[in-house]
Amino acid sequence: MRGHLPVLPLLLTLVGAMATPIVALVAPRAASGLAVGAAAAAALAALGGLADVLVAGPRRYALGGWPGPWGIELVLDPLSGFVGVVVAGVGTAALLAGAGGARRVYGDAAPTFHALALVALTGYLGIVASGDLFNVFVFLEIAAISSYALVASGGGPGLVAAFRYAVLGTVGASFYLLGVALLYALTGSLNMADLAARLPALAQSPLLTGGAALIVVGLAIKMALFPLHGWLPDAYTHAPSPVTALLPAVGTKAAAYALARILLSVLGGGDLPLAMLLAWTGAVAVVVGGVLAARQQDARRLLAYSSVSQMGYIAIGLGLAGTSALAGAYLHMLGHALAKGALFIGVGALLLAGRRPALAALGLGPRQPVLGACLVVAALSMVGVPPALGFFSKWYLLEGAVAAGQPGLVGAILLGSLLALVYMYRLTGAVWFGESGALPVAATPRPVLAVLVVLAVATLGLGLVSGPLVDRILIPAAVLTTAAAGP
Amino acid sequence: MSELAHPAWPLLAGAAVAAVAPLPVRRLVALLAPLVALVLAWRLPDGAAVGGALMGLPLIALRADALARVFAIVFALAAGLGALYGLEPARQRLLAAGLAAAAAAEGIVLAGDWVTLYLAWETLAVASFVLVTDGRTARAWRSALGYLLVHALGGALLLAGVVWHLASGGDPRIGPLALDGPGWLVLLAFAVNAAVPPLHAWLTDAYPESSPAGTVLLSAFATKAAVYALLRVFAGQEVLVWAGTAMALYGVVYAVLATDIRRLLAYHIVSQVGYMVAGAGIGTALAVNGAAAHAFCHIIYKALLLMGAGAVVHATGRGRLPDLGGLAPHMPATLALYMVGALSISGAPLLNGFVSKSLVLAAAEATHRDTAYWLLTLASVGTFLSTGLKLPWFTFGGAPAARPAAALPRPMLAAMTLAAALCLLLGVAPGLLYALLPFPVAYAPYTAGHVLESLQILAGTTLAFLLLKETLHGAASRTLDVDVLYRAAGRLLRDGLAPALARVADAAEALSYALVARQLPAPDFRLGVPIGYAVLITLLTLGLTLLAW
Repeated sequence: MRGHLPVLPLLLTLVGAMATPIVALVAPRAASGLAVGAAAAAALAALGGLADVLVAGPRRYALGGWPGPWGIELVLDPLSGFVGVVVAGVGTAALLAGAGGARRVYGDAAPTFHALALVALTGYLGIVASGDLFNVFVFLEIAAISSYALVASGGGPGLVAAFRYAVLGTVGASFYLLGVALLYALTGSLNMADLAARLPALAQSPLLTGGAALIVVGLAIKMALFPLHGWLPDAYTHAPSPVTALLPAVGTKAAAYALARILLSVLGGGDLPLAMLLAWTGAVAVVVGGVLAARQQDARRLLAYSSVSQMGYIAIGLGLAGTSALAGAYLHMLGHALAKGALFIGVGALLLAGRRPALAALGLGPRQPVLGACLVVAALSMVGVPPALGFFSKWYLLEGAVAAGQPGLVGAILLGSLLALVYMYRLTGAVWFGESGALPVAATPRPVLAVLVVLAVATLGLGLVSGPLVDRILIPAAVLTTAAAGP
Repeated sequence: MSELAHPAWPLLAGAAVAAVAPLPVRRLVALLAPLVALVLAWRLPDGAAVGGALMGLPLIALRADALARVFAIVFALAAGLGALYGLEPARQRLLAAGLAAAAAAEGIVLAGDWVTLYLAWETLAVASFVLVTDGRTARAWRSALGYLLVHALGGALLLAGVVWHLASGGDPRIGPLALDGPGWLVLLAFAVNAAVPPLHAWLTDAYPESSPAGTVLLSAFATKAAVYALLRVFAGQEVLVWAGTAMALYGVVYAVLATDIRRLLAYHIVSQVGYMVAGAGIGTALAVNGAAAHAFCHIIYKALLLMGAGAVVHATGRGRLPDLGGLAPHMPATLALYMVGALSISGAPLLNGFVSKSLVLAAAEATHRDTAYWLLTLASVGTFLSTGLKLPWFTFGGAPAARPAAALPRPMLAAMTLAAALCLLLGVAPGLLYALLPFPVAYAPYTAGHVLESLQILAGTTLAFLLLKETLHGAASRTLDVDVLYRAAGRLLRDGLAPALARVADAAEALSYALVARQLPAPDFRLGVPIGYAVLITLLTLGLTLLAW
């Protein structure tokens, strides 16, 4: 059983995705429970996988018994185990919080939403687990196509947003695939470990250069790295609330993981100018995304642009490629997934309760203090106030930037925090003190509140234990991606 | 060691309880928590306790020595006085934020390492922000946001400095820093909190906007925690002597011009903290003693002064000198207690300001800094002129302009009486204070010369005031302070830089954006536009990448 841990999470979500519509034919109410259960089981399996890595070390899993480099290989190591837990855990929370909303938004079609969401989760978990480049592409597409459908599922402007998302997403996937094809032409292999061993000898090849650039640009589109983020703001603004609870929290993280893994450990790009370019692009993303977020009048759009800004932090960490910078980037994946998940869930709950998304109309007043307090905790994490998780990830990123002798990046990281203070103050201020605060608002459903509290507590609690988290899991994960970077 | 219990714990626990508990419990806790903290701080033995590790760095949450103990004691005292003053109506927000701010201030002065210092520093900023919002007006919220932004900037500077210091192999324990790269960043962060002009406008902008008790609590912590940090890290840096002297004069000038009574007193915080910063800059044993002692005394008499001004605001609902007058018959106790504070801050003999300020002045004299000595003495003149004469004359004397609408709650009077008693006690028996100071004190404040000089200054200032009082009434003229520059910079940022930056961001976005339309019109499925933009931007990126390879 332990041997199958690498494949277990995505098998569970895949089986859940297929079973949900069938069960829905018999018992529609049970279907959503089944979907959440499947996601929760996947999260537990991912957690088990991470624990197994800590005890028994990394594990390579040959799917169907076909050994690499020709068979399909899955890899479970500190990095993929950690990101898998983030994706499956936050995904479960989003599905649980969105279950009630899904019934409201989709009515009888709610099981379809759940099935699609599980397919998307399967895709994200597959990206994380995959040990070869082509399967990353397959899972990228599985995740992306189900995401397009999810964004479009509300109809209206969501259709246009989904179309745009689909076009840009496909461009990204095509670039990625083209890059993989070049590498395959060069080496005849798709297996990551195999490629990592073969590529250093071919460092001068223009095919490698071109392939790497294509892959990085393709994945940068998928992770919405400025200036390739064009699909993101509309998709997050116009998707239905249950979808915005899921996609922003986990979607871009899986792509960022793929970028980290391929750029750093396969292509050995940690020392290349490309990495510095990535870091500086990230710095620009942090600032420009923050400025754009601070100007928005629509709460969901504000959160979307803040995602652009926060993904910039991850890009800075990946580009710096030092141990603490990488640990910071990986920790930021977790911190941002938790905080952004909570923010979108909270705002989504307000919209479902009858509020309009304009900041001026979002007012809740002090009548739902739990919801309001959870939003404030998430906002504090986004700003980077200790002891929230966001502080610690920024600390490691700062340490990495200082160690690399990059005062410009230090400045961007700190400026991003100040901008985050501005836009998060606007959002939480609008929630607590908006003019419509006196208007009636429906009570938030208990499961949603429970999920919000869990996310808020995790943001603070994991912040307090971030030391062991970093030492035991993230530093090994960072070493994994830097050690392979050498010749 | 079990006897090394951190005074912040009872305060933090008190803050948590005060945030949720019903009124009677809240009141009890608000008084009990500072009392427990005071006892703990008083009994702190020298020593350090490692409280775990964070990010591979040892966290020394508690490192006590004489310098830290002085501040720990007075912060607990200030929390108690402020909580007592705010006991009626004992709002949750006020008590919880006040106790949390006190806990954070204790955390700062007892921190043994940089990370703990930073954590406590940020906590203090957030708690103080909440205290400012206790004014519960739109203006208070605006000022509070300004407070938060300035302190977020200060916190970011501190964070950058600390990370830089640690990354370049610096000692994780707090100790003196040289003025190199990280040192300057840290010094700048401290200067923001110490309200060194031109970084002081957050203080004079925000403090007067809080509730009366909120202002009292605010006045104790942020600036004095920064003074402690300066004493600990930058003692003897010459630049601080001049920064402090400039502060002392600057604050006084603006205080003489101010018309809002609590803003006037807020300017005096800048001025008095100037003495302490100068003391840190001189850096001798006598000067460090003087700065610590002056911080101790200043917290008590400034609390008393702000309590008196707050009582006027509470009773009349007004706070500007042109709207006030003739209150003496209605509020005699407030006047008398206020005057104790006013004479203290002015350095009148028998009161605590006399015994602490003279230490700093003596240190300046002993190190032959004649210019600084005379300028600091000059600042004393203005101090008495504005707090001791102008403010009470136009508030309590003169033609009746406002009648108190509300009687003062008993706890307010009790807090003022207690603070006045402390002023008198320390003034009469300076040995009590001197025994707490970091270095042995061989200084006698009550020499004939000192007393005479002080009395001369007070008498001369009174005479000048009586001659000039009509011009000092402070008609509704607006005084220009650097906050005008702040606001101008803010406007420039809002109207000039932010739109420009936003235009750049928009342009960059439009380039990457699939469709040009900002608002989504009717569904539009033109295929060429999104693909065209996508390919364009991607090719651009590719070209860049290949160039950079």
